[in-house]
Parts: sequence; structure tokens; C-alpha cells
Amino acid sequence: MNQPARRVVITGLGLVTPLGGDVETSWKNILASKSGAGRITKFDTEGQKCHIACEVKPADHEYGFDPVKRVDHKVQRQVDPFIVFGIDAAGQALEDAGLTEMSEQERYRAGCSIGAGIGGLPGIESESLVLANRGPGRVSPHFVHGRLINLISGQVSIKYGLMGPNHAVVTACSTGAHSIGDAARMIRDDDADIMLAGGAESTICPIGIAGFAQAKALNMSSNDEPEKASRPYDRDRAGFVMGEGAGVVVLEEYEHAKARGAKIYAELVGYGLSGDAHHVTAPHPEGSGAYRSMNMALKKSGLNTADIDYVNAHGTSTMADTIELASVKQLFGDDIANISMSSTKSAIGHLLGGAGAVEAIFCILAIRDQIVPPTLNLDNPDDGCEGVDLVPHTARKREVRAVLNNSFGFGGTNASLIMKAL
Amino acid sequence: MSDTADRVQKIVVEHLGVEADKVTVESSFIDDLGADSLDIVELVMAFEEEFDTEIPDDAAEKIATIKDAIDFISSNS
Repeated sequence: MNQPARRVVITGLGLVTPLGGDVETSWKNILASKSGAGRITKFDTEGQKCHIACEVKPADHEYGFDPVKRVDHKVQRQVDPFIVFGIDAAGQALEDAGLTEMSEQERYRAGCSIGAGIGGLPGIESESLVLANRGPGRVSPHFVHGRLINLISGQVSIKYGLMGPNHAVVTACSTGAHSIGDAARMIRDDDADIMLAGGAESTICPIGIAGFAQAKALNMSSNDEPEKASRPYDRDRAGFVMGEGAGVVVLEEYEHAKARGAKIYAELVGYGLSGDAHHVTAPHPEGSGAYRSMNMALKKSGLNTADIDYVNAHGTSTMADTIELASVKQLFGDDIANISMSSTKSAIGHLLGGAGAVEAIFCILAIRDQIVPPTLNLDNPDDGCEGVDLVPHTARKREVRAVLNNSFGFGGTNASLIMKAL
Repeated sequence: MSDTADRVQKIVVEHLGVEADKVTVESSFIDDLGADSLDIVELVMAFEEEFDTEIPDDAAEKIATIKDAIDFISSNS
């Protein structure tokens, strides 16, 4: 005991988003204020209340995703898309970190913590129809392990021989952030030196859209203007737009990264988590859970609010946006005047279990490039937005020393991450 | 190859993602084509669909090569 705390840094990034099949394409399009939203192409939406989503684009699209390079043909056929996205993003992150060729000893100390909020809903839906219409003998032998949430971590560990902790968080829309925070603790506690951490989701399927629509969570009034549908903090916001994709980072113990001369993007200095204990889908009206989550992360980081320059908000384009904003104001006090805060869900929609990890990567890139991404469609800020720079419409160059990333999920589960330049 | 063999080969190529010229009559699903036991269950289901036949579990367990599959299908359809 009483050994100095092991520090955790980020040394690799991987993304699959509705704006790109890799990190640089996604980021370039985010900064260019592009929207990934459109009419749903994956299935016929006749009869649905919502007809729009932010889909990952096919390989032949200008910023499409091609799984061929990193996901085995057989695996692609057997598993749900969220697993394909997760495997690819994990592979990108390992390549970026220069860790695809680790020794056996290193691989004992390298693990995975890649989760999802919902998991293989499209496959559960389609195979249920097979069961109902054609009987149990026609159900795929790959049905179960092609849908399980922990099978990104499982597949990635097998593909790259990673024998350290093999973990998968399931906390709805907080999954990605909890995955990173929990994995960082595994490194800090000396269970591993390297962790692939993040989240993925792909639930743009008939029952996924119908279910969220019935829960009144989706925007159902902008079917003819998909690109304008996700508008966090705007007076006319009317629900989120479903996204899909994956984000995975390589977390690495600082001395380990330094010893091998790794490129270090940022240090993960704070992780906070809390429960609202209030309602299954609505946040606590005073944002008390969000506040406690952020405050815990801040205390752990050893930073002051004056040290933080950018907040990537949960900001889903629902009524909850202004509740989060009020709790951010409460936390920052007078320092609120100096930060920028935006919601990249305005561009790529809500990636549910993937959101926290994808947005953590945008935060890291904001530090790398000293620029903050925009909140699209913020034409008329709602009451309560006064005095906060919500980066409307266009990205902005500014100093970014440290960032706060929030994720909140159904069930009242909150997670906050703080990262800073090394 | 016969018509049956062509159709079997096509299914195997699609399911296992192997090159068509690697799939010969003598190929073993597990030893030569990289399949595991669950892949064989899935292939047997695909053969049943393609040839509108039923392959009982005890017969399916004896299908180890392309030739085994072709022989079963030829004598039962």
C-alpha cells in the first residue's frame, strides 16, 4: 500500500460513426458542421412514427464504413452490427497505439472493457420472427453469442490475444463513459497495463425505433427535415435522433506508455458516477445526480473548474438538456463564463451505449487540435441557456486544456470523465 | 462438379468466406476450411434450405467433408 497512484493515459483511438468509418473522417466532418442524419434506409419505416436516424453509411459512401479490413467475413455474418462496429473501432485504436504486435507477457496485462447499452436488438428481432414463423429448428446456432453485449470484448480478445480483464458494462446511455472509467480503475489497481475501453450500439431496427418512439424519446416531428431534427438546447427541440456506431480508446498506464515511447493524447484524471434514484427515463428535475457525478470527477481530478475549458454535454435534444445545463452552471459557478459546452449529438445523433466513448474521443481531439466542436441547429437557445457558450453552428478554435464529458442513462445512471493535456 | 456440388460449394464459400478454389470435394470443413462445430450446424441448415430436405441430427454429425454433404443430399432428394 501507499505506493504512488498509477496514472492512466490515452494512447489510441478508434471510431465508427454516422460521419465516418474512422477517427479522422468523423472528426473532420464534425468540425465541418455536417449532419449524419437522414431517412432510415435499413428497413421500410411504413407505419412507424419516426422515419429518421443517423445511420453508419455503407462502404461506397463518401464517409462510409468498410468492415472488410478488420472484421473476419464469417464473424460479420454471425454477429449483430454493434459487434462489427466495436471490433473495428478496437482494431483502429490498437493500430493507432502501435500495439497490434504485443508479446505474450504484454498480452496477459492487456484487457477489454467494451460494452453496449442494449446489444443485439436487430438480431433478436429477426430471429424471433424466424422462431415464430418457421420453428426452433431454423434459429441460427450463432444466435446467442452473436447478440450478447460482452461479445465485442470477447471477439476482440480472441482476435488480438488479449488475456487481461475481459469486461463489459451495461448502463444504457452511460455505458461508453462507465466502460472507460471502470477500465481506468483496473489499470490504476494494477490489474492491467493496457485496456481497450469503449462502447458500441446499433439498434436502428423496427422494434428499436418503435420502442423508443413509444417511450416518447425520439423526435417524431422532423421526418421531412432529418438534418434539423437533433437540436440540443434549442427551444424547438423535440426528442433525440437515434445514431449508431462505436468508440474505443486504448487506455495505458503512464509509465508503460512512456517507456515504449507511445504517442500520448491525454491523461484521464477524473471519473465520477452516481444514481438519480428518481425515475426510469426522466432525470432528476434538479439535476442532482448529474451534479454529483461531475463533482466527484472534478474532485478526483485535483483540478478546479477554472482549469476546464470544454464540456461535451450529454445533451440529447430532449427536455433534459436544460436540466443538465443548470447542473453544469451550479458546478462551475462564475467559471461558466469561460467554458465552451456543446453537444455533438446534434451531428451524429445519440449512439446510446456508444455515446460516452465516441464523445470522449471528440473531447480528446478537442485537446489535440485546440478546437471545440459545434452544436448544430441551435437557432433559438432555450430559457436557461444564457451566459453559456454552447458553440452554435460552427466549430471554434480556442484553448482546450482539460475537458469534462457527461453521459446519463435510463435508470438514472450518470457518469462523468475528465481528461487533460499531459 | 455436378449441379449439387456447385450449389454446395456456393453455400460453403458464402458462409465461411473461403476462396472458391479451396473448396474441393475432398475438403474437410474443420481441417481445411476453418469451420467450427457451430459453423457446421449452420451449413447443414443452409443445405436443408437449398435442397428442400431434412438432415437428421445423427446424419448431420457424420458430415465432415464436402463429399459427405453431396452424398447425403444426392441419396435423399
